[in-house]
Amino acid sequence: MIPPDTAGPAWSPYLVGAAIGVLSWLTFYVSDKPIGASSFYAQVAGLLGKLIAPRRTGTLTYFKDNPPRIGWEFVFVAAIVLGSVIAAVTGGEFTNEWLPPMWVARFGDSIALRAAVAFGGGLLMAIGARLAGGCTSGHGISGTLQLSVGSWIAVICFFLGGIAVAIPLFKL
Amino acid sequence: MIAPEKAYLPQAAPPAPPVAVAAQLVAGAVFGLAFGFLLQKGGVGKYPVLIGQLQLQDWTVAKVMLSAIAVGMVGLFTLHHFGQVNLHIKPTRLGANIIGGLVFGAGFALVGYCPGTAAAALGQGNWDALFGIAGLIAGSWLFAELSGWTKRTVETWGDLGKVQLPDLLRVPRTVFVVVFAVALIIVLGLIHRFAPR
Repeated sequence: MIPPDTAGPAWSPYLVGAAIGVLSWLTFYVSDKPIGASSFYAQVAGLLGKLIAPRRTGTLTYFKDNPPRIGWEFVFVAAIVLGSVIAAVTGGEFTNEWLPPMWVARFGDSIALRAAVAFGGGLLMAIGARLAGGCTSGHGISGTLQLSVGSWIAVICFFLGGIAVAIPLFKL
Repeated sequence: MIAPEKAYLPQAAPPAPPVAVAAQLVAGAVFGLAFGFLLQKGGVGKYPVLIGQLQLQDWTVAKVMLSAIAVGMVGLFTLHHFGQVNLHIKPTRLGANIIGGLVFGAGFALVGYCPGTAAAALGQGNWDALFGIAGLIAGSWLFAELSGWTKRTVETWGDLGKVQLPDLLRVPRTVFVVVFAVALIIVLGLIHRFAPR
């Protein structure tokens, strides 16, 4: 039997994509917001910063331009986790695992190694997203569907950068 | 929903309150719930699916994204035509889009989840997403530390403003949307033909 997380999508990816497209109409129409994810992490960083080092946080340009607060984007991303729990549990795809089998097959079963690589990757991903102005959701879906030139450039670069690292990572 | 008289006139936003109005937050939660549900059902919270796309061996991510773009674009521009929605176009900054994009991609390959799908991966019980999420939060702080410098340098390189593909090609937007929707469907058809996964 195929382990749950090596299986492909449970539903047709075209159907899921079309539904995400419809969801984007609704977020624009009801909330006047595009779908996006990466700013959530910046809001969390800013809120933690306000607790730990309020004066330092207040001096940083990004947080001056984007005051950290619990807003629509914050709730949206927090709710993604719950939506995914519902989908996984009802679909019998809840994995409950620390390491993806594909990672273990290539890099072994050290959680510390996975933690270090994923943390470092997350660091790069956040810096890249903030510099580029968005992530695979904000640029990759919302920006591209609004035909923003910068979003198309950014998403092409997301995949070029990703391909340039992922292929050697698993082949060398 | 926006008042018609506000549809086209950009207005100075009032200072944002620390906690947005409750109704807005409830809507955000409902939409986030739906988005997380769909990401999980689309298989894009799964490490092998995301890495498989970056290895050009599993085209699920492209199928989901291009379908979302095609459907989203047609509906959004229809709503916009009738003054029902505002667009939220991010400025094109070539230096920041390209450099930030490549750095993001490298990080994406290392984590195996992107910012949205990391939340979906966590929800479906892939606990390693927590390390990526911790990195995303720390990296956001690190960027904020650098943001005074990036704003004066990288973000000024090739700043073209809020430009859209039809402006670049000098074609009417409606014509572009129709032609582009057809092109996206053709591309999806080709991916479907040559990439069963």
